[in-house]
Amino acid sequence: MKFGVVVFPGSNCDHDAYHVVSKHVGQPVDFIWHKETDLRGYDALLIPGGFSYGDYLRAGALARFSPVMSAVKNFAGEGKFVFGICNGFQILCESGLLPGALMRNADLHFVCRHVNVRVENNSTPFTYELQNRKVLSLPVAHAEGNYTCDDATYHQLQENNQVVFRYCDANGKVTAESNPNGARDNIAGICNLDRNVLGMMPHPERACEDLLGSHDGLGIFRSLNHAIESVSA
Amino acid sequence: MKAKVYVTLKPGVLDPQGKAIHHSAELLGYKAIADIRQGKYFEIALDPTATEADARQSVEKIANDVLANPVIEDYRVEIEQ
Repeated sequence: MKFGVVVFPGSNCDHDAYHVVSKHVGQPVDFIWHKETDLRGYDALLIPGGFSYGDYLRAGALARFSPVMSAVKNFAGEGKFVFGICNGFQILCESGLLPGALMRNADLHFVCRHVNVRVENNSTPFTYELQNRKVLSLPVAHAEGNYTCDDATYHQLQENNQVVFRYCDANGKVTAESNPNGARDNIAGICNLDRNVLGMMPHPERACEDLLGSHDGLGIFRSLNHAIESVSA
Repeated sequence: MKAKVYVTLKPGVLDPQGKAIHHSAELLGYKAIADIRQGKYFEIALDPTATEADARQSVEKIANDVLANPVIEDYRVEIEQ
């Protein structure tokens, strides 16, 4: 089994993701420079947070044209796992691997704090070790996390149970006050129809050690690890 | 030959930046302003040997594929001789 962390010019959470996979998941992991086009040998790709291409044009818009992204699309098309966090989520939306778009936060502020998110769907490879409705404390750090989509897309997300995480209060109640960025219906993370591509704004890779204030992110990486094991078995 | 591309948020898509600018304009006393929506403007220098039809086709494509995100934005292309 092998994980890959895709690195674009301007990625800055690549080392955090690498650290979590190598130290806490205990699996081999490589950095993959964005010019790479051969992804054979990998079972899961992490698209990390940061400011790929300085967020020029739109967050995630230019990373989509990096050579690695055609390979990432094929990789996802084969049913292998792709997990985009923060800027990684923005890149997956811009490249069409996930529906919708991430806009400027409704209050225009860069929001950088721990938020609560509720597990909305635990029948995905990324969440199946978590309980539905479980509340996770995870940090967010973004200025463009305001998830938006048209009504048709929203109804599809609902019908197909593609909303994986929603912002909520400490008791798991989805409220306007607990929404840090104005995202439609408090959406914090979604998956594709086939459930093998996940994107989320909060940073589970920054919440895997008590020293960092929370280890609630670990369950997501452990779920993914076991999903890969059960596919390979 | 030059192309101008205007990228604007689709009607109905919330524009917090435009709202903030509008609010400031109101505070400054610009009373006749009803609303402000922020967009992007691109000037593209074109190959002088290209025909206008080819140039327009290329610019429409780059506007749709790159300059605008069709999920949230519309665009308009003008070609100038």
